[in-house]
Amino acid sequence: MRITQGTFSFLPDLTDAQIQGQIEYALSKGWAVSLEYTDDPHPRNTYWEMFGQPMFDQKDAAKVMVALESCRKTWPNHYLKVNAFDSTAGWESLRLSFIVNRPQKEPGFRLTRTEGGGRNLSYTTQAYGTDNPEGERY
Amino acid sequence: MSETHGGKPGTINDASKRYASGVLKYTQMGYWEPDYVPKDTDVLCLFRITPQEGVDPEEAAAAVAGESSTATWTVVWTDRLTACEKYRAKAYRVDPVPGNPEQYFAYIAYDLDLFEPGSIANLTASIIGNVFGFKALKALRLEDMRLPVAYVKTFPGPATGIVVERERLDKFGRPLLGATTKPKLGLSGKNYGRVVYEALRGGLDFVKDDENINSQPFMHWRDRFLYCMEAVNRAQAATGEVKGHYLNVTAATMEDMYERATFAKELGSAIIMIDLVIGYTAIQSMANFARKNDLILHLHRAGHGTYTRQKSHGISFRVISKWMRLAGVDHIHAGTVVGKLEGDPNMVQGFYNVLREDKNEVDLQRGIFFEQNWASLRKVMPVASGGIHAGQMHQLLHYLGEDVVLQFGGGTIGHPDGIAAGATANRVALEAMVLARNEGRDIWNEGPAILAAAARHCAPLKAAINTWGDITFNYASTDTPDVVATPNVG
Repeated sequence: MRITQGTFSFLPDLTDAQIQGQIEYALSKGWAVSLEYTDDPHPRNTYWEMFGQPMFDQKDAAKVMVALESCRKTWPNHYLKVNAFDSTAGWESLRLSFIVNRPQKEPGFRLTRTEGGGRNLSYTTQAYGTDNPEGERY
Repeated sequence: MSETHGGKPGTINDASKRYASGVLKYTQMGYWEPDYVPKDTDVLCLFRITPQEGVDPEEAAAAVAGESSTATWTVVWTDRLTACEKYRAKAYRVDPVPGNPEQYFAYIAYDLDLFEPGSIANLTASIIGNVFGFKALKALRLEDMRLPVAYVKTFPGPATGIVVERERLDKFGRPLLGATTKPKLGLSGKNYGRVVYEALRGGLDFVKDDENINSQPFMHWRDRFLYCMEAVNRAQAATGEVKGHYLNVTAATMEDMYERATFAKELGSAIIMIDLVIGYTAIQSMANFARKNDLILHLHRAGHGTYTRQKSHGISFRVISKWMRLAGVDHIHAGTVVGKLEGDPNMVQGFYNVLREDKNEVDLQRGIFFEQNWASLRKVMPVASGGIHAGQMHQLLHYLGEDVVLQFGGGTIGHPDGIAAGATANRVALEAMVLARNEGRDIWNEGPAILAAAARHCAPLKAAINTWGDITFNYASTDTPDVVATPNVG
């Protein structure tokens, strides 16, 4: 399966030129770009690991691409995403967040149903990949 | 009989004459005050008035001010037991409507103390209470309101708001995608859930109950909720994305609505839904419930067309939008521009601006007559629904921006290759268009080419464009702005 989190997951994997184009767009809006990675792609895993701080003062998309390349080298088989953060009052959150690297194989999620009274079910979603300890998953 | 004094031409200032029993003109009673400078704390209204033959516009405006505040048809001495000057609404400006010789824009100011804090019911009981049936007017329309910050701050506002909704869903940088389950009536719970599952698995973020899906013989509400949540959870596991289905909790009584909303919460739904027809008080109560239980609150504007569509009489939808932002909903249907339902592009953008901006500037082209400071009240996500399809993606993004839910009901479920394929087509079209816009391309002109290029790697999108590519709904709008290119009004 292909996890479809992020702004552009339904498109073919973005090329580096396309990624740089999106970073240039974010920088032109004054947003801070950051990189995050994880091997736990649960839809409610809010806190992926940060690959350094958000690059608040980096205005050069090419240099962001260098950081991304370094992140990819360090975590070649993890999920990586590029975020763009807007600190404008009234927003103060992400404006863009898209996946730029994935494990070669994405095994997907197990859905566990627990039967309760009145036909109620409670559901648990668990990534097959997280059956192993952190660092040994993909 | 009348005399002019200060800023109130026509007002009778001799108290013994002013309060003698009998009937006076509204201008004589003090409801017309052209020199009045509105206070920062006043509620301001702009009405479009069509006076009866022989009623001059100032008298008609004064009558609206009177009948929506303290006046009755005859003089009452008990006014003198009050600070009546303060409680009288003041008509302070009347402009002819460009191009409509029978009509006038009347500006009226209301003191803040006329209204109960935090109550849409109380605000509207005054502003649209009796006055719309008033005989001296042929027609009356509430076009816009300025809610002072002091009043805005008495409302908690949207339970979730655009930013927090996006954070909860972990979806940024693009419009959200939804669909309404079709056919809207007659599906059993099991079949209904199938539509929800297919659409979510295929790529939509949300599926939605229709406004009239409550608890009917073909599908009781608990069945609907249980099957829909199976579909939501199944689709979440299949895609790794947060998904939702707006469970409509609209019902006959508040007790029923609370019961349904509580069940939705227990099942883990991210979002519930209500209809505008439940009434302002019920909406505020459900907004409180949503806020306490971390639910997103979706409002369908069922019924609004009965009073928002005709330009001469009723209430503009931008006023309803303002009231609903105060009342605390997170989503509201606000028009598509290009779809099957009424919506002049400027007017629809005006509604969207009211829902989404921190502060609205005066923008006559978009029907916004007053500056409005929202004082950090959260933003409402507008929903575009009704007769839209993937082939219009560039127009939708151009007109509506990215903080919007685009709902393709027929445009998903009617896809020739099935519901999931329809959903995929919409999602691919959307992402391709956002990517191109961010790259600086001119999506308005290059839109069809961008879609065609995206369709080369997506067969469902190709099929969607082949099926609906040319479908448009080009009818003249009834609700349009009345401004001249260079405004000469005041």
